[in-house]
Amino acid sequence: MTLDKLQPGKKGYIVSVGGEGALRRRLLDLGLTPKTIVLVRKVAPLGDPIEIFLRGYELTLRREEAARIEVAEVH
Amino acid sequence: MGIDIALIGNPGCGLTTLFNQMTGGSVHTGHFSTPGNKTKEGPVKNHKDVNVIELPGTYSLSAYSIDDVATREILLRGKPDVIVNVIDATGFERNLYLTLQLMELELPMVLALNMMDEMENNQIDIDLQKLSQELTIPVIPIAASKNRGTHDLIHYALQAAREHHVPQKIDFCSGHVHTAIHTVSHLIAEDAKKAELPLRFCCTKIVEGDEPTLEALRLGDPELDIIDHLIEDMQNHLGTDRESAMADMRYAFIEKLCKKVLSRPVQSTKEHARSVRMDRILTHRIFAIPIFLCIMLLVFYFTFGSLGTWLSDLLSAGIDKCVEAISYALLGAGVNPAFHSLVIDGICAGVGSVLSFLPIIAVLFFFLSILEDSGYMPRVAFVMDKLLRKLGLSGRSIVPMLIGFGCSVPAIMATRSLPSKRDRSLTMALIPFMSCSAKLPIYAMFTAAFFTDHKALVMIGLYVTGIIVAIVCALAFKGTLFRGDPVPFVLVLPPYRIPAMKSVALRMWENVKGFIKKAFTVIFVATIVIWFLQSFDTGFNMVSSSDTSILADIGKIAAPIFAPLGFGDWRAATALITGMSAKEAVVSTLAVLTGAADGASLSAMLTQVFTPLSAFAFLVFCLLYMPCVATLATIRREMGGWRYAFGVMLFQCVVAWIVSFIVFHVGGLFL
Repeated sequence: MTLDKLQPGKKGYIVSVGGEGALRRRLLDLGLTPKTIVLVRKVAPLGDPIEIFLRGYELTLRREEAARIEVAEVH
Repeated sequence: MGIDIALIGNPGCGLTTLFNQMTGGSVHTGHFSTPGNKTKEGPVKNHKDVNVIELPGTYSLSAYSIDDVATREILLRGKPDVIVNVIDATGFERNLYLTLQLMELELPMVLALNMMDEMENNQIDIDLQKLSQELTIPVIPIAASKNRGTHDLIHYALQAAREHHVPQKIDFCSGHVHTAIHTVSHLIAEDAKKAELPLRFCCTKIVEGDEPTLEALRLGDPELDIIDHLIEDMQNHLGTDRESAMADMRYAFIEKLCKKVLSRPVQSTKEHARSVRMDRILTHRIFAIPIFLCIMLLVFYFTFGSLGTWLSDLLSAGIDKCVEAISYALLGAGVNPAFHSLVIDGICAGVGSVLSFLPIIAVLFFFLSILEDSGYMPRVAFVMDKLLRKLGLSGRSIVPMLIGFGCSVPAIMATRSLPSKRDRSLTMALIPFMSCSAKLPIYAMFTAAFFTDHKALVMIGLYVTGIIVAIVCALAFKGTLFRGDPVPFVLVLPPYRIPAMKSVALRMWENVKGFIKKAFTVIFVATIVIWFLQSFDTGFNMVSSSDTSILADIGKIAAPIFAPLGFGDWRAATALITGMSAKEAVVSTLAVLTGAADGASLSAMLTQVFTPLSAFAFLVFCLLYMPCVATLATIRREMGGWRYAFGVMLFQCVVAWIVSFIVFHVGGLFL
C-alpha cells in the first residue's frame, strides 16, 4: 500500500520512495529511507496534507507526495 | 588575519540564538553577507578579529531551495576557517545526516550539541567522548537558549581553526557503494583539485548523482562514461538506485552510531510530548482554523486596539511637548521666521508625526517574532496548505505573507525558503497587498479624523480588503501568468519552544532601529524638500499660502488622475507621490501641507480636504498602490532585474486605482 492510504494512528515501514528529482532526494535526505518506521499522526483540517512521525520528529507532506511512498503496515 | 566561524545546522536547531549569544546581537556586513542574502555576520564578543557567520538553516547539502544553494556555495567557495555544526540533540538522527556531509568538506569542524538541557531533563545520556571519537571531531554540549557552553564552544572552534583540525575520513559506506566512491575518487582527483573543491565531497555527490557537482568539475566524456558504467554496475548489484543507496548508507551509519552513544533512543522527550499535546488543539480538525484567526485578531487587537495605541498616544504627547519647547526656544533666540517655519512646520511636523507610530510597529513585530520563534508558523502552513493550493500556492507561502504584515522587505527575503521560482515570484507579487506596518500611520491618522466611532471596523476592513484583493489576483494569475504545476509541500514541524526573549527583543529592536533610521533619513529629507517646494513659488518667492507654491503646481498635474476616485485635491496627490519613497511619508506630507502642528488640528484640517467616503477610498488606494522604494529594490535584487519589479509596481498601481474607484462609486450609492 502507499503512505496516503495509511490511516491516522497507524504505523508502517517504508518499502520504497518513488518519484524522481529534487523532491525525492529531499524525502530521502529527511530520512524516509527503506525500513524506516513511520506513524501517521493526523490529517490537516481540510483533508490535506498529512502529518507523519518518523525518526523522532514530525513531518508534513501532501497526499500526492505520500502516494509515491510505498509502505507496509505494521500491526 | 581574522578567523571566520561558520554556524550551520538544520532549520530550527538554534542557530540564531547561538549567533546572538556569541555576538551579543551586533551584526555587521562582511564578505559572506552580501546584500540580499539571509546570511548574518557579526563580531564575536571579547574576541578580537573573530567573526561568526550564521548560514541559512539546511537539512542537506543537496541543493533544494535558494537558501540551500546559498549555504552550499558559501561553504564550498567562501571557505570559512572553521565550521560549527549545531545539532538539535533531541532530533539526533536527522541532524547528523547533515553532519556526515559537512565532514566531507575537508574544513576544520566542531560539533555543538544544542538543547542539552532538554536531554538532561529527560534523562537521556549521550556519551560525548564516544561520539567525538567516532566522528573524529570535538563535540561540545551547549544550551544556547540558556547561554550554557558558548564559551567552551568558541574556545574549541578557535583551536580547531588554528590547528587546522580537519575531520578524518570515516567510512560510512560499505560494499558496492564503497567501491564506487573509491573508484570515482581516483578518477576525479585531478579535476577536483583544479576546480578547488573537496575531493571526498565531490565523490559522494557524484555517486549520488548531484548535477551541480558534475558541472563544476567539467569532466571529460571518457570520465563521464566510466562513471555511468560504475553507477549502473552499483545499482544492479544493490537492486536500488544511487540516491536511495547513499541516503540509506548515511542513515544506517547514524542508526548504528546512535546505538553506541545514546543511553536510550530519543523517540519522545517531555518537550516533544507536550508539543504533540499542544498540536491536538492547535492543529485540531475543527478548531485549527478558528484558533488561527483568533490569534491573528488578538495580535492586531493588541497592536492597534489597546497596547500599541496607548503607547503611541503617550509618545505623541511627548513629541508635541518637545516641539513646543523647540518652537519657544527658537522664537526666544529670534531666528528668521522662514527658518522657524522650516524647523517647526517642516521637520518637526513631518518627522514627529511619523515617529509617534513607533510603539505600534514595535508591538506588531514583538508578536510576529513570537509567532515565528515558537514554532507556530509551520503549523499555520500545515493547516492552510489546501486553501493556498487553490490559489496556486503552497502552505509555505503563508509565512512570508504573515511577515508581510510587519514589513514587505523581510517578507520578500523570507520567500527564499520556497523551493520553486514560480511560487516565489507569485508570493512576492502578493506580499505588498498584506498591509505593512508603515501604512499603519496613514490609517491611524485618517481613522482619528473621520471614523472615531468605527476605528476597529475600518482597520479590519482595510486589512481584509488587502487579503481579498490578493486572493482575487492570485486566482487571476493562476490560470494566466503563473501557470504551472503545483509544487510539492514537504515541511518539518519543529517542536513548540518558548521563544528566547533575547532573540525576540533583538528582532524587535532591529526593526525599530530601521524605522527610526528611516524617519531621520528618508522622511527627514522628504519633509525638507516638501517644505521647500510648498513654501516657495516658481520665482523662488516665499508664498503666503501653499496654493500658489511649486508643489501645488506639481500636485495639480497629478490630481486629475485621482479625481475619479474622490480625492482630486492636489495635496492628496502630492502625499501619494511622496509616499512612494516610504509609506509614512504620506502622513508627514499631509501634516506639512495642511500646516497642522499637532494631531488635533491635523484631524480638523483633513476634514477640509476629504469627505469620509473619499477618505476611505484614499486609504484603500494607499493600501494597494505600489510598494515603497525599499521593497521594489528588494524585489529587483531577488528576481535579478528591474523588469519584474516594475511589473509589480505598475500592476499594483492599476489594481489600486480600480479598487478605489469601485469603493468610491459603490460606496456613494449607499451613503
